[in-house]
Amino acid sequence: MKRLLIALMTTTAALSVAASAEAADKLKACWVYTGPIGDFGYSYQHDQGRLAVEKALGDKVETAFLENVSEGPDADRAFERLAREGCNMIFGTSFGFMDPELKAAKKFPDVKFEHATGYKSADNMGLYNARFYEGRYVLGQIAAKESKTGVAGYIVSFPIPEVVMGINSFMLGAQSINPDFKAKIVWVNSWFDPGKEADAAKALFDQGADIIVQHTDSTAALQVAEERKLHGFGQSSDMIKFAPNAQLTSLTDEWGPYYVSRVQAALDGTWKPDNVWLGIKDGAVKLAPFTNMPDDVKAMAEATAKKISEGWNPFTGPVAKQDGTEWLKDGEVADDGTLLGMNFYVKGVDDKLPQ
Amino acid sequence: MEIAVNILLTIATAATPLLIAAMGELVVERSGVLNLGVEGMMIMGAVGGFGAGYLTGSPWIGLLVAVAMGAVFSLLFAFMTLTLATNQVATGLSLTLLGLGLSGMMGTSFVGQPGERLPNLDIPGLTSIPVVGKLFFGQDPVFYISIALTIAVAWFLFRTRTGLTLRSIGDSHTSAHALGIPVLRYRYLAVVFGGACAGLAGGQLSLVYTPQWVENMSAGRGWIALALVVFASWRPWRVLGGAYIFGAVWIGQLHAQAFGIPVPSQLLSSLPYLATVVVLVLISRNKRLTMMNTPASLGQPFVPDR
Amino acid sequence: MRIELVKRPQRSVLFSALSPFIAFVLTIVAGAILFALLGVNPLTAFGIYFIEPVSQVWQLHELAIKAAPLILIAVGLSVCYRANIWNIGAEGQFILGGIVGSIVPVMFPTLEGPLVLPLMLLLGMVGGAAYAAIPAFLKTRFNTNEILTSLMLVYVAQLFLDWLVRGPWRDPQGHGFPQTVQFNASAILPELFPSSGRANWGFVFALVAAVLVWILMNRVLKGFEVRVLGSSPRAGRFAGFSLGRMVFFAFMLSGALAGLAGISEVSGAINQLQPVISPGYGFTAIIVAFLGRLNPLGIVAAGLVLALTYLGGEAVQSALGISDKVARVFQGMLLFFVLGCDTLIHYRIRLVGFGASRIEEAR
Repeated sequence: MKRLLIALMTTTAALSVAASAEAADKLKACWVYTGPIGDFGYSYQHDQGRLAVEKALGDKVETAFLENVSEGPDADRAFERLAREGCNMIFGTSFGFMDPELKAAKKFPDVKFEHATGYKSADNMGLYNARFYEGRYVLGQIAAKESKTGVAGYIVSFPIPEVVMGINSFMLGAQSINPDFKAKIVWVNSWFDPGKEADAAKALFDQGADIIVQHTDSTAALQVAEERKLHGFGQSSDMIKFAPNAQLTSLTDEWGPYYVSRVQAALDGTWKPDNVWLGIKDGAVKLAPFTNMPDDVKAMAEATAKKISEGWNPFTGPVAKQDGTEWLKDGEVADDGTLLGMNFYVKGVDDKLPQ
Repeated sequence: MEIAVNILLTIATAATPLLIAAMGELVVERSGVLNLGVEGMMIMGAVGGFGAGYLTGSPWIGLLVAVAMGAVFSLLFAFMTLTLATNQVATGLSLTLLGLGLSGMMGTSFVGQPGERLPNLDIPGLTSIPVVGKLFFGQDPVFYISIALTIAVAWFLFRTRTGLTLRSIGDSHTSAHALGIPVLRYRYLAVVFGGACAGLAGGQLSLVYTPQWVENMSAGRGWIALALVVFASWRPWRVLGGAYIFGAVWIGQLHAQAFGIPVPSQLLSSLPYLATVVVLVLISRNKRLTMMNTPASLGQPFVPDR
Repeated sequence: MRIELVKRPQRSVLFSALSPFIAFVLTIVAGAILFALLGVNPLTAFGIYFIEPVSQVWQLHELAIKAAPLILIAVGLSVCYRANIWNIGAEGQFILGGIVGSIVPVMFPTLEGPLVLPLMLLLGMVGGAAYAAIPAFLKTRFNTNEILTSLMLVYVAQLFLDWLVRGPWRDPQGHGFPQTVQFNASAILPELFPSSGRANWGFVFALVAAVLVWILMNRVLKGFEVRVLGSSPRAGRFAGFSLGRMVFFAFMLSGALAGLAGISEVSGAINQLQPVISPGYGFTAIIVAFLGRLNPLGIVAAGLVLALTYLGGEAVQSALGISDKVARVFQGMLLFFVLGCDTLIHYRIRLVGFGASRIEEAR
């Protein structure tokens, strides 16, 4: 037994030496995901980004990842493990990883950290996020054009600023076409429960909505729309395969270009922590091809997307809050700080935010 | 009217997997075995059913494979608890653990692939009858299977000799053994039947409810099915009632939200669970009645002495 | 051919000692096959899975952090299960412990001093015990099945925590994100050896609880009562023990320990409340309890082994790119083998050929 142990020990020692020797001339980029990469949603899209890095930079990089990492001590351990195993660069892809990642960044000053969707940074920890609300404004416009009942069903996960921002942007887009447009909102309290999302979609359709928008990850709601011969929008990835006749477009996350550029910068030695909020113009927020809609609606959607990519912000005044008080004056543009901490609705949203 | 029919259809789809899995577990528990691995068998059925349907292009083959998958997986539990007389609670829990892990590994290549949905029934002339047409003649095949299953189990347990024998084993395995009844053989068959039902329920999830495969897609439905069995005090028709009540509360809270009722969504989401507790209390309050229906040797290992 | 069990006249001392090792060897063999199927050299994989995590000091600390809640909860559950009371809602009691214990640092964030932490821990235990008292009450008063009520209450606890941190307890300076304020220094459970790693006093609590419960079960009359009522309620009644009081005792003891685990985790490892504070500790602890054969000291070992399977699972994931599902499959297999091998303690296994059984029937 003892001999076996020693044999095992030496094998691992030899392996780790080999690994670190290899790591010396390669850059090792690592990812920490909050869900399983098999969710075909948020974590899946980040992993597609990692694969894009492998594809683009070939043998100059080596990648690794940890999936299904819970917030709290498991996250602490995940970052520490990756830093100790020779990762030169670590991407933490979920808000809940902010504090654990910050701790690791302080402990391992030579490792480059990047954190998605949070707000704390450090000398070796940059921030990145995507302006999904830009795409949601376009969805709102399409919904208002395509809906016959003037009511959309909105399936949402949790009341965090990211989600609230999305609802608001969608409503502003819809109201720019039809001022009386309504959205019915159902919180499913989960990022991922296909059955519940399908049930929510059915409930919303039954109550008169004829278009489904979702801020949850599964394809279930869209499949319901397909079955009922109604319409909806995909989320995270292009879900057209699941709903060829129902998907109008899909709001997809494309992290690949960003990840490639950051890893390339690290290879070139030009990496600096940054705080970027990527949008349609950076290719991080992408709308899948517009389908199942008339040409004029398609043209309008494309024009709006183009306008946004040229710098126009959907949160441009005049905008009133839900209770009717003024939020943005005519021509005033919301600042990023307010958006990132958004916890109020704009006028016309038919729901009460948990306070 | 249209909306009421639609809501009923939604409730039926949500209740069907609970009903099927619970009906299987009911038979298992009536034989005196407690299998807490329903969630694990269900998810194995879901991945097997989706995989087979996706690879062959036939959702019917998928459904068969789902049933087989659940049955085979439950054999592992049967071997452990019946042949080796291990603790049923612990074995059932590890079965769930194993099922969640294995299904995730098996399903890796199915992620992001649209599956085949079992088509709804469509009988010319009947399905198009207003209101009742869609409810009675226009649902998916698994719905009808679930109703047939309820009738069959109720008939089997209370109207046949074999059913009576099965129940007597659940009440006292020692006296059944003394009468020369092959206790373990009965229990093996009951456990495998339960596994097949759980597998079928899983197949309903990935072939009807949401035709796709994602990890953990059973999302705790196996546990609800377990609760339903006790909730129903081990009576088949009450399982049916319980599954539909649970489905109604489940769908009802979503409708309440869409309707704009200003209650925290977390409270609404917890309603089905709170309702289960309340009904459990109401049902088990009458001690004599529950005692009468509870299989007395539930959960106790049995080793025939020779 | 068929397998038959033959009851031993008394439990086998040899196999009580040997069975964990047999189970371990079987797990290794099955694991080797699994790794080979995944196209990985089993020797390499095992080195990374089982040896690497215990060969580095920082990982030993992590092992203690991961094992502490598992041991604490499982020790409490062992008392329940010995008494034949099926509390499977420890996850909910863990969460309530975390919530109630956090009342002090969240609602009085400026409160400091040496009394803050003891008060938090005490409240955590009270919270867990009170939540566990619900299924106990329903069982004794209404005869309601405790497996299901305790399980349903887990979901309720999770949603309650979710509502709290998104609603009334949300940090006003937190940019709208769902989390409470960070606890101040005197509300944080200190680390044991800050120079070498993160392990905190939670691990010490776990060890102390294991020893105390061991003494309770083996050296004190109450432990005898638990075991008697557990193995034969009838005999227990004749001895004058009350089943109702036992239900409350077992539930509240395990609830208090789960609550202590909850507040220790929140205070020591997370330092604030967030929507999810447990990656399923309450459920994993059930496995730990059985892996440790419901013996508090065995549970300490079992908790460490299970924590190791998590750490090892992450190690092979990052080093070899093996899916995190492997860790779960491993845990399931390990438990199956342990349960199966424990059969050998009470039974002899006899393989019966068809010919032999026919002879037996003929007799």
